[in-house]
Amino acid sequence: MARFTPHTEADIQEMLEAIGVETLDDLFADVSPKLEDPLDLPPVLSEYEALKDVEARAGENVSGLPIFLGAGAYDRITPSAIGAITGRGEFLTSYTPYQPEVSQGHLQAVFEFQSVISELTSLDVSNASVYEGANAVAEAALMTARLTKRDPKVAVSAGLNPRYREVVETYGVEVVELAFDGGITDSSAVPDDVSGVFVQSPNFFGVVEDIEAASDAAHGVGALCVAVCDPISLSVLEAPGNLGADVAVGEAQPLGMPLIFGGPYAGYMATHEKFVRQLPGRIAGETVDKDGKLAYVLTLRGREQDIRRARANSNICTNQAVTALAATVYAALMGPEGLREVADLSISKAHYLADRLQVSGFKLRYPDAPFLWEFAVELPDVERANDALLDNGIVGGLDLGDGAMLVAVTEKRTKEELDAFVEVVANAG
Amino acid sequence: MLGERSLGSLIRNKGREGRRGYTLPKPDVEKTDLKKVLPKKSLRKEQPGLPEVDEPTAIRHYTNLSRKNWGIDTNFYPLGSCTMKHNPRANEAAAAVPGFAGLHPLQPEKGAQGALRVMHELQGFLSEISGLSAVSLQPMAGAQGELTSILMVRRYFEDAGDEGRTTVLVPSTAHGTNPATASMAGFKSLEVGLDEHGCVDVDELRGKVDASTAALMITNPNTCGVYERNIAEIAGVLHEKGAFLYMDGANMNANLGRMRPADATVDIMHFNLHKTFSTPHGGGGPGSGAIACSEALAPFRPDPVVEKTDEGYRFARPEKSIGRVSTFHGNFGVLLKAWNYIRMHGPELRDVTDMAVLNANYVRARLRGAYRIPYDELCKHEVVVQPPKGKKALDVAKGLIDHGYHPPTIYFPLVVKEAMLIEPTETESKETLDDFVGAMLELAESEQEDLEKAPTQAPTRRLDETRAARQLKARW
Repeated sequence: MARFTPHTEADIQEMLEAIGVETLDDLFADVSPKLEDPLDLPPVLSEYEALKDVEARAGENVSGLPIFLGAGAYDRITPSAIGAITGRGEFLTSYTPYQPEVSQGHLQAVFEFQSVISELTSLDVSNASVYEGANAVAEAALMTARLTKRDPKVAVSAGLNPRYREVVETYGVEVVELAFDGGITDSSAVPDDVSGVFVQSPNFFGVVEDIEAASDAAHGVGALCVAVCDPISLSVLEAPGNLGADVAVGEAQPLGMPLIFGGPYAGYMATHEKFVRQLPGRIAGETVDKDGKLAYVLTLRGREQDIRRARANSNICTNQAVTALAATVYAALMGPEGLREVADLSISKAHYLADRLQVSGFKLRYPDAPFLWEFAVELPDVERANDALLDNGIVGGLDLGDGAMLVAVTEKRTKEELDAFVEVVANAG
Repeated sequence: MLGERSLGSLIRNKGREGRRGYTLPKPDVEKTDLKKVLPKKSLRKEQPGLPEVDEPTAIRHYTNLSRKNWGIDTNFYPLGSCTMKHNPRANEAAAAVPGFAGLHPLQPEKGAQGALRVMHELQGFLSEISGLSAVSLQPMAGAQGELTSILMVRRYFEDAGDEGRTTVLVPSTAHGTNPATASMAGFKSLEVGLDEHGCVDVDELRGKVDASTAALMITNPNTCGVYERNIAEIAGVLHEKGAFLYMDGANMNANLGRMRPADATVDIMHFNLHKTFSTPHGGGGPGSGAIACSEALAPFRPDPVVEKTDEGYRFARPEKSIGRVSTFHGNFGVLLKAWNYIRMHGPELRDVTDMAVLNANYVRARLRGAYRIPYDELCKHEVVVQPPKGKKALDVAKGLIDHGYHPPTIYFPLVVKEAMLIEPTETESKETLDDFVGAMLELAESEQEDLEKAPTQAPTRRLDETRAARQLKARW
């Protein structure tokens, strides 16, 4: 028997006898059609052998280099304390807190996560997280349709991450695009039948957008404004809730989650309390127990699929409890000052790099637009530049496919790396 | 908890202005003046009210929170339909390897061959386990796997110009995600009843399947823990009318190496990698809801899938793809763990299923008499029981907590009154099961008023759930 299943032959015999059958095969007498042949899978490996292969596969990836890729996932510093907490078996090996008496740890952590998101967005209520950024945007699109009682049709900025937009479309929402000029969205002409207006700030190209203009435009046609925000940016940028946004959503990965090739991350969603019944997913709320002791419980469960079935406001069942916990511990360790320092360091380094590139004769795609830590720079041959960077031990930016590279700079990058980046790109021509 | 004034002491209340829990590298370039590079009105005026704590305080706070939480590591956790099996720690070690943990999702394919190879091999493993030829690893949870599948079915009919397919059938035992998924994908869901074994009533189904049916969403074994013995016939009824059979794979832990959905002509299914391949559950997520489907539905899979070419592995968009369902490539970290789990089991995955089914049937045999068993025949990986007349599932569940056991799923499936759905999983010993049965038998005999007081040994007593909803407080 394998190491994860405790039974001995004697155990199995005693149990079969108690059940009243003779063999394990008898337990599958009702199964039809039956699989008779063994599964054609590679032979069983010991843990040591399996992990040796994991290391070998990892070695087939380019890793350990400075990364200038962003576009929705950022190479940020993750404090060691996060892994120490999220790796605890009590958190890692539990499930959705259906039994609150023995799930207070996760429930309070979720309550704290919701509080962090509410603080960052200046919106009253947040859910316990959804799968990731694109999923948060898609759920928000459906939410605006329910709240406005309109067909799901949303106006989005061309500055919305194109992958988010694709997921919104997969979820059956019609998308119309707003005018976009100089890296900035023009929300002056919003169609009057949309349920939501979506603006991302900083947008896909790194540019800080005018959320207030988008929310005025949305409200002008009876639609809701959804702001898509990087949580780190909210340490320096005005909170979407103070700019008229009705819903704020985004990707929580920058809050202490490893890149790990795109997931698992966590999506956040926050809104006004008056819209809470249309907020999908789990929500933890405060209450008391029989003895009057403060405690937490999943609440407003009547919105959810296991209670309301076909009439639920979403089919979502998961919340990203462990990754949301990572975000919560990250926010606690950093605090308001630390979060701002992460932003300041990233902004300063990104502006240093942008300046150096311009001094070397390269043009920014949107030279007049305000940006934080990500920008598009025009290069004669982006592919050649990225190849040269990789040859010099640097993972370059995202090839936008139109003669520009989208470059992200985080607090991890050193002046030495930034200077090397400029030098290699300049030499690549 | 000792040392805290109240149970609910929040991290924010444990700090003081000016404290910090992490030090960042010193700046090595000149600081940018935000006022010079950003419009004034975009600047934040008031700082967010986040905790200000040092690292020791944060570690102690969250460590103590964890101690108010039960997991498989601390307690037997027979939560039906959730497959709470032991989580091998090798999976965590695999996901922590820097060559994966630090890999950016937009890293060009040539620099991510190891990751793409893992995905390609996992596609192959899931294909072998299900018998279905095409796989997508994109969905990030079971419910999203369901939605992806039903959206693919929808797109299939749109592509075929068949506009009359408006209904998705769902058995009365289905998980709530099934009808919710059907609605979300734009279908009307219609319920199908059960026969005397707790299985889909084939005659009733035959009467309900017509040219408006897009699919039936079946869970096998179903949520009563019973194998859908007519599954091949059910598939035939659907196929005759041009509809698809979708299988919810939440209960695949009962099928590994014993039945392959494709052999019963299932057209499309999802896996819960966090359940069957133990990746783990993490308090409700993250998970993965990878899907497998037949050739007919393969062109509609989400973007991207992984292909093997002479030059190496690459991402590809299936010809008639429904589009993306996740920003990047699904929950890669979960996929990596599932790949590792399958490699540590190989063809011996069948033993996983055999032991899971043995354990559930053993519990069924031992509880017979003291508990009512509505479908008292061979069960698969889980068994549904009812407390003795006059007792409530909720009270027995809370009583179990005082015995040190996480309660089973209760009040589900909805078709069984006072249902207690017990899924022991394969990783529990006979001694654990015997002790659990002992506690269940004792609770069956307990005085009602004692049961109503439970739990008294947990971090809290029973909670006022009405107050939480009526006086919503969901943040500090």
